[in-house]
Amino acid sequence: MATDLAPPEAKAAPGHTPGRVPIRTALLRYRWLYLMLVPGLVYFALFKYLPMYGLTIAFQDFVPFLGYSGSPWVGLKHFEALFTGPDFGRLLFNTLFLALLTAVFVFPAPIVVALLLNELRVGVYKRFVQSLIYIPHFLSWTIVFSLTYLLFSVDFGLVAGWIHGLTGGARVDYLAQPDWFRPLVILQLLWKTSGWGTIIYLAALASVDPNLYEAARMDGAGRWRQFWHVTLPAIRPTIVVMAILTSGNLLDQSFEQIWLLTNSLNRSVADVFDTFVYYVGVQQGGYSYATAVGLFKGVAGVILIFGCNWLAKRLGQRGLF
Amino acid sequence: MSGPTKTTAAVRHYSSPGSRVFDVLNLLLLGGLALITVLPLLYVLAGSFATEGEISARPFFLWPENVVTSTYAYIFANDTLLRALVTTVVVTAVGTVLQLTLTFTMAYPLAKRYLPGRTLVLNLVILTLVFGGGIVPTYLVVRDLGLLDSYWALILPLAINPFYLIIVKSFFQELPQALEEAARIDGCTELGVFFRIVLPLSKPIIATFSLFYAVAIWNDYMSPLLYINDNQKWTLQVLVRQLTSPDAANAIGALDSVVFFPAQGLKFAVVVIATLPILCFYPFLQKHFAKGVLIGSVKE
Repeated sequence: MATDLAPPEAKAAPGHTPGRVPIRTALLRYRWLYLMLVPGLVYFALFKYLPMYGLTIAFQDFVPFLGYSGSPWVGLKHFEALFTGPDFGRLLFNTLFLALLTAVFVFPAPIVVALLLNELRVGVYKRFVQSLIYIPHFLSWTIVFSLTYLLFSVDFGLVAGWIHGLTGGARVDYLAQPDWFRPLVILQLLWKTSGWGTIIYLAALASVDPNLYEAARMDGAGRWRQFWHVTLPAIRPTIVVMAILTSGNLLDQSFEQIWLLTNSLNRSVADVFDTFVYYVGVQQGGYSYATAVGLFKGVAGVILIFGCNWLAKRLGQRGLF
Repeated sequence: MSGPTKTTAAVRHYSSPGSRVFDVLNLLLLGGLALITVLPLLYVLAGSFATEGEISARPFFLWPENVVTSTYAYIFANDTLLRALVTTVVVTAVGTVLQLTLTFTMAYPLAKRYLPGRTLVLNLVILTLVFGGGIVPTYLVVRDLGLLDSYWALILPLAINPFYLIIVKSFFQELPQALEEAARIDGCTELGVFFRIVLPLSKPIIATFSLFYAVAIWNDYMSPLLYINDNQKWTLQVLVRQLTSPDAANAIGALDSVVFFPAQGLKFAVVVIATLPILCFYPFLQKHFAKGVLIGSVKE
């Protein structure tokens, strides 16, 4: 069927057709390309855009039996309930507090490790350490949780036992006590991410011109001054970009990490937006209210990302888009 | 990336005593970090080969006094555990192939600057990177499609990672266009160009993204949590969670259990089984993922 149409297609190679082409001509001429686009478009329509349409149930009292069109519209009822009810303050506080702890403890960790690795003089040892500290990045949150459980469980936890041996007193149930929830989240993040996070900084450090060190040494700079005046300025832009990226995702804790550590005893400190949405929406069937919570978080997230991007450009960085 | 990194500390010469002390401390500190990373894993590995008595009696060990394989024998004789393992392997394999197919076929037309409508589709894709329907509406779509308790629910909702799609698209744009054009003039259809010219040139990036996708599916806990209720359809990650959690007793009850089972060793052994494939592929993962991080950081 394609034989008589082949010549125009050959002419349609890149660069030959500037300007607008009538839709029917384009569809015919590029039929194979459009055909290749179809499965992907179906995917995006079904699993990305249909759920976006589904967000309308945040303004309904959604009953699955009645469907999207049949369920009664209730305006901003669920948002009013969210903002005046007891959940919002707790969710926002838990989310932001974890974000703050992450910024203070987790964000700097890979920078420090990368700088230390950069000072190692034995290449083999450096690569050996790198290969080991990258491993946790590839392990699932389930595995990370299981390790935490095997090490910190009140009955048989290895580390829990050591701490008990050192301090005496009653055994502490780290996994159940609300006070220990946030420290455990931070510990897990440090273990899982600080090794892998060094890659981007090491790449920046590797691109430093060795002549700069040479010049600094000629000027009498010792090791510390070379670090301060050459190494650190070299990775400053990377740190700024990473900081902007991180703050754009301020509201995004890892759902899996938080959910796995959550139990009935620590829920007051553990609930963040995503896990709350799953708990109320999927487990309890409060579809509309949970969707309203999710929509609030989604919109706030978009504002944050664009805000941080704007800030990045104001600061003279490239920004993300 | 090991080439240029050598130019850092190795070429600088320091001889002051303070500098020497720092070097030694740095060596020890980084060695300590490496140990903290691997010791928990080695302990779990050792524990999975130890007897129940040894696990509870000895505070820490990296080599069991009596090496026993009874825990693994139990696992491979138990239907639920074996089924979870097979399920996870099959879902990961099928899922990865499907994800690669969809991602690469969609990325190719999007790489053609002259294709009318391309910008619109690209913008629709990019929008999903910053905003989406979220957990509940996606759950409702999956349910309405009748995918609850189906293995497809673990694959289809994640079939294309928009971020990977954009990276692959950028890669296709970088390919030399002259080859493609020559093939077209020789009468090749776009499909022919894609299969005969483009894909053979893309082998490295196909390897990279198969690993990306495979690791993501293997490690996925959220999808089975959301979409799978039937414990006959548990994946390995769910099983690991069920066995190593404060309410593990219920889950062990579900393991159509025999009279004896190594309760403690079982926890260690499932963690090992869920981790091992990742560690076997680790050398490839490290190489390709490091590349991916750096590709991802380059702006389009």
